[in-house]
Amino acid sequence: MTVANTETHPVTLPADLRISTPRHHVVIFAGLLGLLLVAPFVLYPVFLMKVLCFALFASALNLLLGYGGLLSFGHAAFFGSASYVAAHAAKVWGLTPELAILLGTGAGAVLGLGIGALAIRRQGIYFAMVTLAFAQMVFFFALQVPFTGGEDGIQAVPRGKLFGLVDLSNDLTLYFVVLLIVFGGLLLIYRIVHSPFGQVLKAIRDNEPRSVSLGYKVNRYKLAVFVMSATLAGLAGATKAIVFQLASLTDVYWTMSGEVVLMTLIGGMGTIFGPLVGAAVIVTMQNYFAGFGAWVTILQGIVFVVTVLLFREGIIGVIARWTKKAL
Amino acid sequence: MSATGDFILKAERLTKRFGGFAAVSNVDLAVERGTIHALIGPNGAGKTTCFNLLTKFLQPSDGAIFFNGRDITRMPPADIARLGLVRSFQISAVFPRLSALENVRIALQRQRGDSFDFWRSEKALNRFDGKAMAGLDEVGLAEFAATPAGELSYGRKRALEIATTLALDPEMLLLDEPMAGMAQEDVSRISALIARIAENRTILMVEHNLSVVADLSDRITVLARGQVLAEGSYEVVSRDPRVVEAYIGVGHG
Repeated sequence: MTVANTETHPVTLPADLRISTPRHHVVIFAGLLGLLLVAPFVLYPVFLMKVLCFALFASALNLLLGYGGLLSFGHAAFFGSASYVAAHAAKVWGLTPELAILLGTGAGAVLGLGIGALAIRRQGIYFAMVTLAFAQMVFFFALQVPFTGGEDGIQAVPRGKLFGLVDLSNDLTLYFVVLLIVFGGLLLIYRIVHSPFGQVLKAIRDNEPRSVSLGYKVNRYKLAVFVMSATLAGLAGATKAIVFQLASLTDVYWTMSGEVVLMTLIGGMGTIFGPLVGAAVIVTMQNYFAGFGAWVTILQGIVFVVTVLLFREGIIGVIARWTKKAL
Repeated sequence: MSATGDFILKAERLTKRFGGFAAVSNVDLAVERGTIHALIGPNGAGKTTCFNLLTKFLQPSDGAIFFNGRDITRMPPADIARLGLVRSFQISAVFPRLSALENVRIALQRQRGDSFDFWRSEKALNRFDGKAMAGLDEVGLAEFAATPAGELSYGRKRALEIATTLALDPEMLLLDEPMAGMAQEDVSRISALIARIAENRTILMVEHNLSVVADLSDRITVLARGQVLAEGSYEVVSRDPRVVEAYIGVGHG
C-alpha cells in the first residue's frame, strides 16, 4: 500500500500549516523600514550606515551558519576582499559607486566559490579551521600585494556619483542608497531561507546523512549556500568601503571574522532578525564606548559571556521562544 | 514466497577492511524481490558495516553490489536513493527543527528534482501538503503535523522516519534495527507497519534480536565475525547448531 492510494480518506490540513509569509514577518519588515527611514533625522547617518553594513554582513554569515549549519571562521576574507576591490575600482579606475560595489560583490562571489569548493569537503570544526586558514592566506595576500596599500589601506576613496548622476558626498543621500542595498539584501536572504532551496538547506543542517539517504546531493547545496553567503558578505564589504571611503587590513583580519560570528550569536543564529540586533548591539558598543579604549573588547567579551550564559539562543532567539513565533 | 530467482539486490564477495581488520569479508547476499529479508548476528558481526556498504555510506574494499542488475558498487549514496533503494538509520533520523509535515514533505519534494530555486517562494511546496498529511495519517501522526520532529517521542520519531521514507515510494527499503530501543507496544505497532508496507516492496532489515524477525521475515542471513554463517528460513536458521553457538550461545536469548 503506497502513500499515494491512501488518499481515499482525505486528511484535511489545518489552515495554520499552510505555508505563507507569516503576517508578523511582514509587520516587522515594514516597521523596520519605517524606523530606518526616520532614523537618519534623529541619529548620525554614518553610524547608521555602519550598523546597516554589519547587519547585512551578519545576516550573510547567518544564512550559512544558522540555516546551512556551517560555521565559517573566515568570512572577513569575502568582506575585506570585496572592500579592497570596490575601493580600488572607485579610486584608481574611477568607476561609479554602483559598479565598484558590483565588482566588489563579484570578488566576494568568486573567492567564495574557490574557498567554498575546498572547505565543504570537511565538516564541523575542520570546516571552520579550513575557512580560517584560507582567510589568513587572503590576509597575508592583502598585506603583501601593492594595490591594497599594505598597512595604510586604500584611503580617500571617492564616493562618486550614483549612475554618474546623484552625488553621494552628502551623508543623507548616501544613507538612503545604503538602506536600499542592505534592505534588498535582507529581503533576498529572507527569500532564500523560505524557498524550496532553503527547505532542503534546513534539512541538511538538521541531519546530513538522512538528506543523503533521501537522494539529495548535499555538497552542491552546501557550496551553493556558501557562495551566496560569501557574495552577500562581499556586498556588505563593498558598500562599507564606499561609505567610509576606506578599505583596510582590519576588514580582512581574523578578528573581523570573529566579530561577525559574535554579532550573529548575540542576536540569535537561525533567526531572521537576530543578526540585525546583534550587529546593532556590537556596533553601538564600539561607537559609544570608544572612549574606554581597549576596554571595549573586554565589554564585548562580557556581553558575549552573559548572552551565552543567560540566553543561549541569542536575544531574538529567546524572544522567539517566549512568543512561540518564528522570528 | 517461491524461489523465482528474481533478485533485486545482490552482493558478491563483499569485503570491507579497516586497516588490517576485515569487518566484513567475502559476504555473498541475494535478496529476492518482494520478500522481507533479515540480516542478523551478534554484536560486532558486521551487520551495520554490511548495511552501510549496501547503501554506499561506506565504500567496499572489494566485491560488487548490483541493484536490479545494475552495478552500483561505485555509485554515490544520493544516486542510489534516486534509483529506489532507500535506507533508514539506527538512531531515529528525523529533521528535528522541521515540523513533522515538513519532514515528510522533504522527501516528496524530491519529485521536483534538485531544488536549487532559491528565488521562488516556498509556497511552491504547498502542493505536497495533502500527500504529506496522508503519509502522516498512515503512521498515526496526523495530529502532530505542526510539531517539530525533535519534540516527538522516540516511537513517534521512528514512525515519522518511516513515513518520510515511504513518501519516496522506494522499490526497496533497508531498515537498520528498526525496533532498537523501543517499548514493547511500539515494537508490535512498527512490526505491523513493516508487514503492511512490505506488501508491494522488498525489505532488507538488520536486526539484533532474533525473535523480532521470526514472524516478519521470509529469509534470514546470519552473520558472525564478518562472514555469512547460515542462511534460510527462521525454522532452518534457528536450529542450526553453529547459529545457536555463535549467536544464542553468547548470551542473547
